[in-house]
Formats: sequence, structure tokens, C-alpha cells
Amino acid sequence: MEPILQIKHLTHTYGIGTPFQRSAVEDMSFDVQQGEFLGIIGHTGSGKSTLIQHLNGLLKPTEGQILLGGRDIWADPKKIRDVRFRVGLVFQYPEYQLFEETVYKDIAFGPSNQGKTGEALDRCVRESARLVGIRDDQLEKSPFELSGGQKRRVALAGVMAMEPDVLILDEPTAGLDPAGRENLMANIQEYHRNHQKTIILVSHSMDEIARNVDRILVLKGAHILMSGTPAEVFARGEELLEAGLDVPQVTRVAMALKARGLEIDPAVYTVEALERELLALRKGGAAC
Amino acid sequence: MLKDITLGQYFPGNTVAHKLDPRTKILLVVLYIVALFTAKSLLTYGIMALCLAVCVRISRVGIRQLVRGLKPVLFIIIFTGVLNLLFTPGETELFSWGFLHVTGEGLRNAVFMVLRIMLLIMGTFLMTYTTSPISLTDGLERLLNGLKRFHVPVHELAMMMSIALRFIPTLIEETDKIMSAQKARGADFESGNLIQKAKALIPILVPLFISAFRRADELATAMECRCYHGGEGRTKLHVLRYESRDYVALTIGVLVVAAVAVLRRLGL
Amino acid sequence: MSTMIETRDLRFAYPAEEQEQPVYALKGVDLRIEKGSFVVVLGHNGSGKSTLAKTMNAVLLPAGGKVYVEGLDTLDERLLLEIRQRVGMVFQNPDNQIVANVVEEDVAFAPENLGVPTEEIRRRVDEALKAVGMSGFVTHAPHLLSGGQKQRIAIAGVIAMEPACVVLDEATAMLDPVGRQEVLSTIHRLNREKGITVVLITHHMNEAEEADRVIVMDAGQVAMDGTPQEVFSCVDRLCSMGLTVPDTVDLLDRLQKDGVQVPLDAITVEACADAIAAAFSAAPEN
Repeated sequence: MEPILQIKHLTHTYGIGTPFQRSAVEDMSFDVQQGEFLGIIGHTGSGKSTLIQHLNGLLKPTEGQILLGGRDIWADPKKIRDVRFRVGLVFQYPEYQLFEETVYKDIAFGPSNQGKTGEALDRCVRESARLVGIRDDQLEKSPFELSGGQKRRVALAGVMAMEPDVLILDEPTAGLDPAGRENLMANIQEYHRNHQKTIILVSHSMDEIARNVDRILVLKGAHILMSGTPAEVFARGEELLEAGLDVPQVTRVAMALKARGLEIDPAVYTVEALERELLALRKGGAAC
Repeated sequence: MLKDITLGQYFPGNTVAHKLDPRTKILLVVLYIVALFTAKSLLTYGIMALCLAVCVRISRVGIRQLVRGLKPVLFIIIFTGVLNLLFTPGETELFSWGFLHVTGEGLRNAVFMVLRIMLLIMGTFLMTYTTSPISLTDGLERLLNGLKRFHVPVHELAMMMSIALRFIPTLIEETDKIMSAQKARGADFESGNLIQKAKALIPILVPLFISAFRRADELATAMECRCYHGGEGRTKLHVLRYESRDYVALTIGVLVVAAVAVLRRLGL
Repeated sequence: MSTMIETRDLRFAYPAEEQEQPVYALKGVDLRIEKGSFVVVLGHNGSGKSTLAKTMNAVLLPAGGKVYVEGLDTLDERLLLEIRQRVGMVFQNPDNQIVANVVEEDVAFAPENLGVPTEEIRRRVDEALKAVGMSGFVTHAPHLLSGGQKQRIAIAGVIAMEPACVVLDEATAMLDPVGRQEVLSTIHRLNREKGITVVLITHHMNEAEEADRVIVMDAGQVAMDGTPQEVFSCVDRLCSMGLTVPDTVDLLDRLQKDGVQVPLDAITVEACADAIAAAFSAAPEN
């Protein structure tokens, strides 16, 4: 099947012709498959935010192309709004974009811009509210009466309600407490499972990325440093650490155990997997 | 993008013009304005232009930057010029068309008016170009200190001004972010008539206001935590002190005003 | 050791909507924070941890009970400035606590308010910026700095008051991992080298690893109080309060439940690996 998104030699340069000229993204190429859960990780300034704002046409490439479903999104600049409906982008701290009188109206903002009305509109508003755990009785409340975590959910629902083919989430759990983080990620996982939609998760947290995605893209200094399944990427843990990036805590434990002479695969990245490895090792050890 | 707007047009430097006490510079601008409005003849205008040229030279601010400062008020300048040109009554008619009469006095007035506005703007801009906003605020506060006796909240006004300066870049950045976020939800700021365009601003303005209030609230708490309790008993990291160069500059300023006034008296 | 901050049966309620009962955010908190200690306060959102922090320098005043800062009662209005000078507070959003548009002016803000003489302000500003490792940024514009750098400026602004204690109210929550590490190592150094008492409010469990003491707040009360080792050993209890434990402790807990003889109090990666390696080198003989 054809990839849903193809990024071809994307370069974005800020401040061309000024002394501040600087490339935030340089010659990046990668594909995003239909239905994939892709994680993007990298430090502030690695080019993450610039990259994702290209995927829905908020920024225009200085060079290179973005293909959505095989077609250049800038082929017809007048239709760029349609691209934004097909590639939904949830910014960091999205709760600061809420503006409507009621939660319902705020979630409906995106879909009504799309031209949805009547029952179709009502259905997608209610469905996405349910998906993120907003109760029916909360829909008529002012979004500003809700708690911080709930506001975040409303903002997320506002983008999900546009029913985009690709959903990009920039640090969706930033600033939430552990329970809030876990709940929200569970909601996103459920959305992914039920709708078979492509998700791109941008995060600073290696642990969060490791637990949720199928494939990881590691960015550093405007370039792609690594790309692969979590196991492939974390197998290069030393390299990640050298690049000043983190690896999941579990992977660090595994690496430390290997250094202490235990037969452990240093690429494990979940507590469950390392537990299994250790138990298997114990059985094996007891047998001889 | 909004970010590209240059705010606080301060060009750091190390010239005498930069080093002068901000109070001196404010007073000099006041003197300069007084002189400009006293000037009545080609000679006196020439003197003022020369003064400005000397100051520009000393400050090493490019003349191009100064001229660029005129751009936003270009319309007003032309408007004033044309108005003076066409509607000044006078004896010597140079040209007339219907009810419009261009007179010698009109031409003279127009040229002087335009000159006056241009000199005025460039002079004030030269001050902001060579003085950082914070020391400008500081200078104003100190100059107006005497007004405290008449219950003018001088310190509070100065504090408000410096906080505003501090938050302008933050709020611009925030506006950019909110705009992008709403665009990602399909908001359209470009098409439609004026009313539709104004309506399209609501999704930006509401979050921006809410955020500004939240910021103000948090900032107030943070300031209180750092023992802010108004201007009373406050000391300063940078204390303004008049140096000999300030006295020299002020003396020159007063002399120029006096000279212009005398020349006007003499009908020159 | 003497006491920095003491709370006695501290209660606090936020003003309620009409006809509703006020909701108590703090329901009788008794704490004694020792001078020079590094205390981490954990808890989920709404557990009362931030409210507790704000009572420590009289931003919020007790509705019941007392808070003493080095023996000074926070309810005594005349002591307000003195209390706030002794307990500095750093907040969550770095943008909303920087007052001036030049770094040195911002750091000077508190000493200026306190009426410190000019030469002394200069000394304090330079020293505070050095203490947070930002000496090279004296005349920078704060809005161009990174989140971690802004937070360090905010810390410098507080340090310039020469406080005995610094309370950080979720000051790392909005930072990326690099910024968080910058802030953490800065406050650990201040605690070590200057003996400043640190109270760090957070919901990042890992930040508690190196603390002297961990206090867990739940439903407006102190739910747990002890060394990081003691607190994190109670895995199930923490989970029931909506908190997680570091993955190291989670792993040890699972292994223990699988019948492997490992301790639960090895929190850091190295300690955890040591504990597991020790258990496994002993295992084959059994």
C-alpha cells in the first residue's frame, strides 16, 4: 500500500537573507504508513515542531515536498485548508486555544469549518467527546470551568472531530500528572485501535514513546538520526546517550545489567519485557 | 509572520549619544521640539536640520534607518503638506484651478510644515534608537518624580510601562501560536468581507485575552513573592547620575533654543 | 538541626461557589521541615501539594492552624516581607515570573524592592547569576532564552534575596528533559553548597530520587513521609493514589512478586542493576 505521507528532501530555512538565517529542518526524507503509530523524539531545537507544521501545510517547505496520499499538498495552494482537515494537528498545551462559550461549540469549531452541519456535525462532536472521556453533561458547560486536564481533552476532541486521516499530537501529556498522562495515552491508543487512523506522537519522554509507538524517528540538529522499531532504536542505546538523548529507564537498567555480565538483551524497553527476560534467565540458570 | 515586526527600535551602541543620561536625552528632545516650533524661517529650519544631522552623525545611527521611521507617517506628512499647499490664503497666487489656489504663502507653509514634522519625527526616533526602553522608562520616572507630590502614580506608571515592554514579545509569540492552532482547525483569516474577517478574529482574541489575564495574575503573585510593595523604599541597580557630558549637552540644547528664539525676534 | 518551616494542623479552603460547601484543599497538615534539607512533595493534581507550597511564604494564609517560617507566624501581616525574603518561591510558568526585559534587571528586582543599597544589589545579582550558571547572560533579553534558562533566571531572582529556603512549585513541569535537568542540578548545588533548604513540588517521580525526604500528599493530607527508599517501596499504596513509581522500583516489585529475592529500595538505575545482579549471581546456587 502507498504510504499516507511521504516527506521528500524537506528543508526549511528561517530568516533567509538575514544574519539569523538557520535551517530548522534539513533534507529530511521519510514515509508514514497508513494506520501506523509513529513517534518522533528529539530535543528542543531538533526541528520537531518545524517538521510537524509542514505536514499539515502550516509552513511551506523552503525545498522539498510533502505528499499526502501521493499528491503534493502544495500543488494547489488554495486547497491547503483541505490538507489541514485531513492532517489534524494538536499543538502543545492546546487548552490555550479554547474560545467558545460551551465545550460542544468549541469541539464543533473544526468540523463546522469543514462544512459539516446537522446530524453529521452532532455525531462527530459527541463521538470525539466520548473518545477523550468528556461526559455528555459537560458538553454544555463553559470550557473554562473545567480542570486543566479536561480542557486538554476538549482541545484534543476538537481536532479528532474533524476525523483526520492523520492525527499529529505534540507533547499531548506535557504538564499532566502520572495518572492523567496514563489516562490520556490510553484514550489515544483506543482511538488508534478503533479507527485504524495514522497517529504521529511527538514527545520528549522516551518512556512514553517506548510504550506507545510502532516506529520511532529520532531527530537531532535538523536531521534524522535514527529510524526504526523501538527495539531497533533502543538497541543503539549507547549511541542515543552519546547524542545527548535519553533512553527509557528500563533500557538503562538492562544496559547496566549487561555490563554486570548478565545475559540480557539491552534493547528491552518495557518493565514487563525486562521482567520476562530476567525470569527466563533464572529458569535457564537454575537448569544448569 | 508577526515575529518579524521589529519592536523597541533600539540599536545598541557605545557612542556619546548612547551614553548620555536618558533624562538628558528626554529634556533635549523637549528643547528640540520647542525650538522646532519657534523656528519660522529658512535659516532657523536650517539650523535645526543641522543640529539633527550632527546628532545623527554622533550616534552613528544610519540615516536610512531614520528615514525608514518616517514610512508609517508618510500619509500624514503628505496630507498636511497638500492641505497647507492648497488652502493657505495669500496674496501671490501661483496657480489656481477651480476653488483651489496655490499661493506663495501656501507653498512656503507646506514646505515648512513638512520639514517640521519630518524633523520632529526623526529627532524623537533618534532618541528611541539610542536609548534602551528600560532606561527610557527609568529616565521618565525620575524626571516626573516631582509629580508624586500631586498624587500622580509615577512609579506605578513606569512599572506598567516596563512590564508592557517585557510582555510584548511574549504576547506576539503567543498570538502566533494561537493563530497556527486555529488554522490547524480550519480557521480562515484571509477570505470574506470585513465583517467576516472581524468575526474570524474571535478565536484568536478570546484565548489571547484569557491568557493575558492569567499571566497578569501569575505575574502579580510572583512579584509579591519577590517582596514587591510599590515604589516606596525601592532602590535601584542602575542609579542615574548626571555626568559632565550631560551638562554640556543640555547647555548646547538651551543655547540652540535661545538662538532660534532671538533669530525669530529679529525677523530672520 | 533547627526548623525552617513548621505547619500545625494547617487547613485551607478555596472560596466556594454560592450555596456550596467550601472544599478543603488542606485538611490538617502537620509538618516540620528541617533547615538545609532537600524535601520533595509528591501528589497528583488536586492533592493539595501546590496549596501547601503557597502557604509556606504567605501567598495563601491558613484558614485554620498555623504556618511558622523560622518561628515567624505567616498570619502576622507585619512580618510579611521578612517571611517572603526568607522563603523564595519559583513557579511553574517561566514566562509569567520574569518582570524585566533584561536579565540583570530582573534578578535585581527583589533586592530593589527590599531597599538594598546599589553596590550590594550589583554584588548579589552577579553572585546569584553565577550560582545558577548564567553569568554570561547578564544583559540578555529573557524572552530569547530556553525554558530551562528562564527558570534558572527565576531561581537567581529569588536567590538574590538571600533566602534560607526556596520553594519550587512545579517549577519543572513545563520544561523539556534538558531544561528539567538544568534546574534540578542547579537546586541540588544550591542546597549542597549554600545550605539553602529546598522544597520541590513535583509529579515527576524521578525528581525525588536524590531527595533527603519525600512527602506524599493525598486529599489534602500527608499520606506518606520518609526517605525516597521508604516511600517508593510502597508501590501499591502509591499506585492507589494515582502516582507511579520509577520503573526501577516497578521492576523490583514485579521480581519480588515473582519470588526473586530483591530489595525494593534500589531506586537509581545503578542501585537497581546492582540489586538484581546480586540476586541473580546468588540464584543458581539455590
